[in-house]
Amino acid sequence: MPLLDVENLTVTLATSSGSAQAVRNLSFSLDEGEIIGIAGESGSGKTMTALSLMRLLPHKGFATGSIKFSGKDLLAQTNRAYRDIRGNQIAMIFQDPMTSLHPMIKIETQLTEHIRHHKKISQESAHLKALELLDTVKIPDPASALEAMPKQFSGGMRQRIAIAIALACDPKLLIADEPTTALDVTVQAGILRLLDQLRREKNLAVMVITHDLGVLSSLTDRIMIMYAGSEVESGLTSDLLKNPRHPYTKGLISALPTSSISGKKLLTIEGMPPELGQIPSGCAFHPRCAYAKTSCESQIPTSISISTKHRIFCPVNPLVSS
Amino acid sequence: MQQIKKSKNLTLAGNMSAKVSSSFAKFIYKRIAVGLLMMIGITFVAFAVTQVVPGDPAAVNLGQSAMSNPEIVARWRAEYGLDKPVPEQYMRYISKVLQGDLGISQHSRRPVSEDLAEYFPATIEIALVAIIFSIIIGFSLGILSAMTRDRLPDQLIRVLSLTGVSMPTFWTSLVVFYIFFFKLGWFPGTGRLDPGGDEPTHLTGLYTIDALVHGQFSIAWIALKHLALPAIVLATYTIGVLTRFTRASVLEILGNDYVRSARAKGLPEWLVIKRHVLRPALLSIITVAGVAFGGLLSGSVLVENVFSWPGLGQYAFKSAIALDLPGIMGVSIVVAGVFIIMNLIVDFLYRIIDPNLRSE
Repeated sequence: MPLLDVENLTVTLATSSGSAQAVRNLSFSLDEGEIIGIAGESGSGKTMTALSLMRLLPHKGFATGSIKFSGKDLLAQTNRAYRDIRGNQIAMIFQDPMTSLHPMIKIETQLTEHIRHHKKISQESAHLKALELLDTVKIPDPASALEAMPKQFSGGMRQRIAIAIALACDPKLLIADEPTTALDVTVQAGILRLLDQLRREKNLAVMVITHDLGVLSSLTDRIMIMYAGSEVESGLTSDLLKNPRHPYTKGLISALPTSSISGKKLLTIEGMPPELGQIPSGCAFHPRCAYAKTSCESQIPTSISISTKHRIFCPVNPLVSS
Repeated sequence: MQQIKKSKNLTLAGNMSAKVSSSFAKFIYKRIAVGLLMMIGITFVAFAVTQVVPGDPAAVNLGQSAMSNPEIVARWRAEYGLDKPVPEQYMRYISKVLQGDLGISQHSRRPVSEDLAEYFPATIEIALVAIIFSIIIGFSLGILSAMTRDRLPDQLIRVLSLTGVSMPTFWTSLVVFYIFFFKLGWFPGTGRLDPGGDEPTHLTGLYTIDALVHGQFSIAWIALKHLALPAIVLATYTIGVLTRFTRASVLEILGNDYVRSARAKGLPEWLVIKRHVLRPALLSIITVAGVAFGGLLSGSVLVENVFSWPGLGQYAFKSAIALDLPGIMGVSIVVAGVFIIMNLIVDFLYRIIDPNLRSE
């Protein structure tokens, strides 16, 4: 049984012009100790997928479908029961470490308040646990770091602290929403190595959300590509990156800048991703797709298996032969 | 490289806590010095304004028949120093103020400092009660409103606070006076004490406090009953403002990433609010409350007139219509002083609430 099993997840948000679906019929699963990468342009529903797992959707937003975590249906839990899972068994780190830590609360409190709440342990044992956590994420001089305020740390250090906070209750699943986007490239590599190390040492399942395929290639076991709230393709990282089948994935990969060919114009995918609430009929990608047929305008694509764990949502499937 | 820099910063932070008390003393001295400079600036502006206002103080104070006698007019002007050139008048005034002499009021014919000592505590008393009342109620309603966003309690509170903000003070005064004094008789009508009642032994001039300190509980009760209506009327507007402001501020903070982080930890909602939302919310609210307190002092003119409350508002009004320069200047200095002290208190509270400011 997978640790996380999401089926037909649909997230509905309230917008100024009524309600709109940010995630549509999304299904995926994740095993213990596995890292899955979810990639897509902004607005493709990656973050809303993560927030629905955390039950942190924006005001008036709601999720339907089923999210099974260790066999329990998360959507069926009461808020109170859910709070015992959140931060305890499922933890999340956010994109911008400059704003995700509370600016007026010292690190020790931010690092231990949920340990003390979930695990009901004494202040001294929480303090020891906090020292150990800061050491795990490689913060120098953990003892004085506990007494410090967030503004005394750089972005990379803050993201390490945020990871320590997320790991505090030994969760089984860590959701990382664009964990390196706000950081320098050199600092990024350190954070990615840390996530990989934690996965190996703690058998932690990680869901990494990013728009940067480069980040995913070195870290993840599997990748799922999203477009306009739905999956378009998923597969093992090497399969998917070397042999993309969906026209959108193909476009994303060829749009990656490469250092080997200089002086060449960067490739782009024509057009813009659809706005929330204005998703095209049929296959949402058809207006931008070079291979689109008339049937794409009306038929919602279903999954087609390419190989084990590799599937695409494109009936035209023009690239099978390539 | 970054790590080395950071650990250096951390040891620095450790040493800083020892320096906090001396840096705090420095902060206080600096603020008091700035405050005094501001006071001098305010006397200058107030003086300049009274000079350009059309109208002759002699004409207002002496009446028509005395005005027709140039000798009386000249002697009257000489008595108040109005025959001297304006810069000299100002310098003389300032040097006297520095000695604690605010001059003689032209309408009460008493030293302004004595007048202020009598009227000022009366106003401070209702303003203090009103602001404390406003902060407690405004803050609580604002938080409740934000937490129940778009649901029934929020809708009700929004209507109520809008009503509080929209009602003109003179109208609220009259309505409250009519209902609670005239119709229901629940509260005494006018003045600070019952007619002919004993005053409490003098200490601060705030009757309730003076009476309590000296154990004169029946006087304290009477003074409190007299205080209630004008203070409530004065507070209606401020409660409305603080409620609306707190709601907006809490909603803004609830949208912050760090609140989402707190919720992601699985903390119960009351703890998220108490530990992660209230502190930053307080920062913006005390700023508004500080300004609102100044507003209460000036807003008290109307309320004091309706409730015959012998306070600064009434005194300012009488001084203004009599073109009583020493009186107007005295009131300006006192009100400016209150604003400056309020700002000092607000800055001081900032440092208590935000630990980041303590080490700076």
